[in-house]
Parts: sequence; C-alpha cells; structure tokens
Amino acid sequence: MPIDIYLNVAVGGILAGLVYGLMALGLSVIFGVVRVVNFAHGEMMAIAMYASLLAFSLFKIDPLLMILPCAVLLFGLGYCLQGVLINRFITRPEHSQFLLMVAIAIIITNIQLIAFGPDARSVQTPYAYDSYQFGRLIVDADKLYGAIAALVVAAMLFAFFRFTRLGTAIRACADNYTGAQVVGLDVKRLYALTFGLGCACVGAAGAILMLSADVTPQFGPVATLQAFIIVITGGMGSMVGALLGGVLIGLTAAMAGLLFTPSIKAMFVYGILVLVLLFRPQGIIGKKTS
Amino acid sequence: MMGRLTDGLPRRALVLLALLLALAVVAPFCVGDYWLTVLILILYFAYTGQAWNIMMGFAGQLSLGHALFVGLGAYTTATLFAYYGIPPWIGLIAAVAVTVACGAIIGFLAFRFRVAGVYFAILTIAFAEFARTGFDNWSFANGAAGLFLPVAQYTHNDLWQLRGHPAMFYYVLLAATVLVFVASRLILKSRLGFYCLAIREDEQAARASGVNTFRYKMYAVMISAGMTSFAGMFYAFFYNNLFPEQVFNISRSIEIILAPLVGGVGTLGGPIFGAFVLEGLAEGLHNLLDTFGIDIPGIKQVVFGAVLLLVVIALPEGLWPWIARRLGLAERR
Amino acid sequence: MMSALLEVKSVSKRFRGLVAVDNVSVAVEEGAIFAVIGPNGAGKTTLFNMIAGEFMPSAGTISFKGGRIDGLAADQVCRRGIGRTFQIVKPFLGLTVEENVTVGALLRQRGVAEARNRAHEVLRRLDLYDKRFQRASGLTLPDRKRLEVARALATDPQLLLLDEVMAGLRPTETDRMVAILRDLNRDRGMTILLIEHVMRAVMALASRILVLHHGAAIAEGAPTEVTRDRAVIDSYLGAEAI
Repeated sequence: MPIDIYLNVAVGGILAGLVYGLMALGLSVIFGVVRVVNFAHGEMMAIAMYASLLAFSLFKIDPLLMILPCAVLLFGLGYCLQGVLINRFITRPEHSQFLLMVAIAIIITNIQLIAFGPDARSVQTPYAYDSYQFGRLIVDADKLYGAIAALVVAAMLFAFFRFTRLGTAIRACADNYTGAQVVGLDVKRLYALTFGLGCACVGAAGAILMLSADVTPQFGPVATLQAFIIVITGGMGSMVGALLGGVLIGLTAAMAGLLFTPSIKAMFVYGILVLVLLFRPQGIIGKKTS
Repeated sequence: MMGRLTDGLPRRALVLLALLLALAVVAPFCVGDYWLTVLILILYFAYTGQAWNIMMGFAGQLSLGHALFVGLGAYTTATLFAYYGIPPWIGLIAAVAVTVACGAIIGFLAFRFRVAGVYFAILTIAFAEFARTGFDNWSFANGAAGLFLPVAQYTHNDLWQLRGHPAMFYYVLLAATVLVFVASRLILKSRLGFYCLAIREDEQAARASGVNTFRYKMYAVMISAGMTSFAGMFYAFFYNNLFPEQVFNISRSIEIILAPLVGGVGTLGGPIFGAFVLEGLAEGLHNLLDTFGIDIPGIKQVVFGAVLLLVVIALPEGLWPWIARRLGLAERR
Repeated sequence: MMSALLEVKSVSKRFRGLVAVDNVSVAVEEGAIFAVIGPNGAGKTTLFNMIAGEFMPSAGTISFKGGRIDGLAADQVCRRGIGRTFQIVKPFLGLTVEENVTVGALLRQRGVAEARNRAHEVLRRLDLYDKRFQRASGLTLPDRKRLEVARALATDPQLLLLDEVMAGLRPTETDRMVAILRDLNRDRGMTILLIEHVMRAVMALASRILVLHHGAAIAEGAPTEVTRDRAVIDSYLGAEAI
C-alpha cells in the first residue's frame, strides 16, 4: 500500500485521538483531584452530543458553536452531581463510589434511549465533506477543526490549573486533602468545581465529536470504556498523559484498522489495556500512587 | 452435613425456605407460560448473581465482566452440540474447564501484578470485551452472524439434550439454583469461606494471620467462573441462538450484578431477593404501562438504575439484610 | 552456644534515599520478653515489618529458629511461627470476635470445628469469650487490641510481635494487658518482642530492651542499664523518666 494511505490514516487517527484525549482529560482531572472513578463519563459525553444534535436539527447551530454551551451545561451538571451526591461518598469504599456512577450511567443511557430511540443520529455540517491537502497528506476538515478545538480547550484548562489561584487551590487539594483543609480551603466546593470542570471537558468533547461521529444511546458506555483505556494508558491523574494516551490509542486503533480488519482494532485496544493494567498501571506519565 | 447447612438459622427462616421451595416446585402447574418465563428470569439472575457473589461478596473482588464466563459456557456447550452432537451435560464439563481456566488466568494476572479494586473491575471488563470482539471475528463460532442451535421439537421433553417445554428448563434451573445456594452456604462455613471473608475484610491482616491470600482469591475466582458457565449453557439451550454482541456485552455483566447488589452482596438471601424485587418491579411497571397502552423500551433499565442508585446511597448493605432483621430471619450471631 | 530464637543481623532499610533502619542487629532468646523503644520515626515499626515479611530488608539477614526468613511473604512468616499485631489495629470488622480468631486458628487446626474450639480457648485467655458473638466493628479500642492479640495468638506462634499494643489504653487496661502477656510468657514460654512507648509496661515486662534512634541502635541491655544510659535519656526518655 502506498505510504500516502498509511500517512492519511495515521494522521486521521491522531486527530480523532486528540478529541478523545480531551474527553479523557476530564476523567483524569476528576480522578486526579476528587479520586472518584467516573464510570458515567461517556454517558455524559453522549448528553453533550445529543444536545448539539438538538441544537443543530432545531436551530441549525454548528456543533463548534455548541462547544461553550455544552461545556457550561455539563459543568453545571457535574457541579451539582458532585455537590449533592458524590461528596457524600468520598469516605465510602472505592467500589461503592464506582457503583454509584454505574447506576447513574445506566439511568442516563436509558433515558437517552427513551428520548431519542436506538438509531444512530448525526449532524451534517456544510463542510462535512471538505478536506484540506498538505502535500501528499489529505485531512478531513471536520477532523481538523475538531482537533484544533480540542487543543484549544485543553490549553485553556492547562492554563487554568497553572496560572489561576483557583486552579492552584484545586491542585493543592489533589496533593493533600487534609493539608488543604487545614489551610482553609473549602475542599468540598473545590471538589464540586473540579468535577464540573471535568464534565465541562466532556461536554466540549461531545460537541466537537458531533462533527464527525454518530451518536446512539449505546455510545455512552463505549465512550466510557474508551476514556478509561486512554487514561489508564496515559496515566490516571495526568493531563498530558490523557492527551498523549488519546493520541496513542487513536493512532493504534486507526493503524490496526488499516493493517487488519476494522473489527480487530477493538481487540487490539483492549489488549493494550490489559497489558498496561498488568505491567504499568500508572500509565506512561503517571506516578505510582501508594 | 444437614446440621452444618442449617446451623445458625432461626426456625422462621427454615420454615420460610421450605415454603418457598414448595411453592417453587408447584409453580409451573399454577401459572401460565408468560409468568413461567418471568420466574425463569428471576431464577437465572438469582443463580448468576450468587455465582458472582462468591467472587465479590466472599472475596471482595469486583468483577464487571462476568458475561465473559456466561458467554464462554454458552459457546462451548453450543458449539459442541451443534457441530459434534455432544449433549449439553457432557459439554458442561468442557465449559466448566474452559471458564475455570479463564478465571485462573485472569486471577493469576491480576493477583500476581497486584491489580486491585477499580482497576481489577476494568481488567474484567477488558477481558469480556476482548472476548466479545474476538468471537465476533471467529468464524468457527460463526462470528457476528450468530450461532444457532438445531431445534428439533418443543413437545417432547428431552432432559439429556435439553430440548423441550419451558417447564423442563424451569425445573433444571430451579435445581441448579438450589444447588448453588447450598454450595455457597457450605463454602461460607468452611475454611475457604472464612479465609475469603478475611481477605475481603482486610487482606493485609489476613496475610499476617497466615492466609495465603493469592491462593484463596484464585479459588474464589475459579469457583465463581465455573459456576457461571452453567448459566451460559442454560442461556444457549433455552434461547437457542448466540450472538457475541449480546452474550458478552457489558450490559449482561451489569445485569448480573444488579440482583446481588440490590439484594445484598455477601449474603445468601441477597441475590434471590434482589432478583425477585427487580423482576417484580419490571413486571409491575410493564403491566402498569400496558393498561395505559404505553410501551417504552428502556424504562425497565431506568428503574433498575434508579433502584441501584437508591440502594447504593441509602442501604449499601442491600435490601435483604434490612428486611431479614425486621422479620427476624437473620442468622443468629 | 545455642542460637537465639530470632536473629536480626545488620539489617538496614532504605526508602529512596531515606534510611529508616540503619544496620541494626539484635538476638532474641527463646522465652524472653524483648522490648524495642525509641522516639517516633526511629524505625521500630519498619524493623517489625521486615521481620514479619511485609517487605524485604535492603541489607542484612533475619533468621528464625535457625532458618532465614527475610524475603518470605507475611503469610509464610506466620506459618513459620511468628504472630504479629498492627500498630493501628486491623480487625475483620464485618466478622464476629469468634470468627476473627477462628481465622487465625485455622492455620494450625484441621477444620473449622477444631479451629473454633481453639479460638474459644484463646478468647478465654484474653477475656473476650463473653463477647465472642459481637461484631468486631462494635468493639471498644481496648477490646480490639485484645482481639488483635487473640487472633495472632490463635496461630500458635513461638514469637509474638506486638506493635504498641498498649497505646490508647488507660492504666487499668494497660495493667490487664501486661498481666495477660506476663502469663503467656510464664505459662506457655511465649517469646515476645514488643514495640512500646508506655514505659510502665516496658519496665514491668521486658527482660531486655533495644533502643532505636534515627534507625540505629543506640543502646541494648537489661532495663536498669538502658534507662540509665546517657544517650537514651537525651534522645528519648528525658531525665524525669528515671
């Protein structure tokens, strides 16, 4: 096969991977600070996707313009969820928190099924079939815009955590819960904020993904799993790790789909997950937690 | 052994159990085919829930991939029957061997590499998904197109080949469910049970008390896997068709854990009580909506999700322990 | 000369640049009650954890009954005959007192019935028999401490490692525990190695004391010598202790 095809598929995989990386970033941030494993993560992305779908089919609003509204919507959802429900579970055993999120995931997925039906729905933007050519490289417009948007959102998040007081306070909580309390930080509120931010990421990612993908109620669980694979591979709690993991998984899946049959690529990805869980559970970037 | 079985149970509980058993035995003669199917569903989830419970409730290992063992059991017995004419009960021996081996591999990898808690759950999901996509592409098992079992007839009950009236299936499942509960109780009262509970409570303290935690966690996983394979065989021969997308799906794994979680993880009454409550709710809801002429696919799962949510928040030890205490059915401690 | 029951030879433990235990050697004779004392962070629990098999020494060897045990897993060490308690008690909270101790007893007993009987014996000795049907989660701290000792004792050890078993007990409870331990040592010849801060208990029980400071041994000997040692007083005891 000519090198062009490999190149195009690889680049396509990387660009898609960046968007999934943004979604996984949210998961990583939540885990890194609140230490809760959000098993409803993908389902929340599906909420954002359906929201963009509605906006497009009812008001013809481009998904890219829905990035901010979706992020805000999911932020609110996440903030309330953490504040009202999850905060009570911080001291509960790990699998208790996990199962809480499983229950929420089930409810969200099936409400979507009831509201929108099981069929795949998608958005057809006017530029859906456009592509750009860079030398021998052909890149789909929607994937390109999506990747750029994802990078912008991720960069904003990085900046928030690095340069703002609130961001620094949140990082302090992550490092030392009791210490943060002693210093006077309202940890529960910061947790709610963080969960909200993590969900905002997922909201943005969902809007972006609507550009190039279909949404079904089943997409939620699939996306959750995908997010976990990325985050575990890249490193739980590491933002760079999430993006890196996204790119890696996106690339691997795309190449596997090319070299083998498309359905095998899922096996590949799960195989990677198993290997990472066994041999390097802290991921590429993560530190071993005690 | 009878003593060991019943020791510690208050008389009320024994009477109730005997009553339930009697009711269960005569049920097929009293209820129509529709309710018989509902009862079969309840027993199926009580059975798989209890088998799962052995890993989680006893040894504290959260598995979200139990559909793997159901699927392996189903495909092993189904392919042996469809391609080689091997009767399901013989095929079951192979199915148990396959699932136990698979459980051993997962357990070995997980425990050797110290994959625990949520990561362990994710590992089980990964294996189940791996199997799902693998079987989807495996031509021997007919891939995504599905495997169909030859159905000769429905009128004549052939226990050996598991072909026949739903009532026959009902009794087979009832017997198996009773057996699995008896086995679980015996395990609980044995060294294996004590050690698993200790591991669940505090693995480090268990080790300091001389328990070889690796070995006993392996036992729990292998027993749980082997027991679940029967459910796979039942699934295959009752429904007569297998699709990897359905059998290995993570939704199946989640269904399996709902009954024991709602009923009470680690208790014996939990899974069956949970199964009754959940299916009962589903049926009640279905009938209610029917009277208004509404049919909403997915509403059942929303209700299940809501019940799970309530239980996790308010009654984390499950519904059964709470009720058993109220009714004086709890074990004398 | 007969070798001691437990021989710790030049044992050190480093954690990424921090030296927790620095070249410590100690020999515990059979039938002795040996106390390890020292300020917090001196490395006492780390030493215990190495003996009990929680982790391996960075250097040195540990022998028990003549055989090497450094590098063995915690359950293997228990099987060799060392029982231990944890500084922060770790009972099996969801199990009853009786069940907790039965888990320990199952190590040497053939079946559950025999193990339960052995557990009853141990519970009686530790004054917990009447509470045997209580859930461990409902026990007070002193009772939990005794449960911890009972569970370790049920494994029929030759050496008991007790990590600050008196911490948090009132004087009456302390005396009760001291009496139990002294009886164990006298009647059953149980060898005891204990980490303690409560000097009252140490002086009442110990035939020999090892003092650790910053991971290193700064004194070892009979209680009267050790408590008068200048270095020990300066680093840990303070002049009022004597």
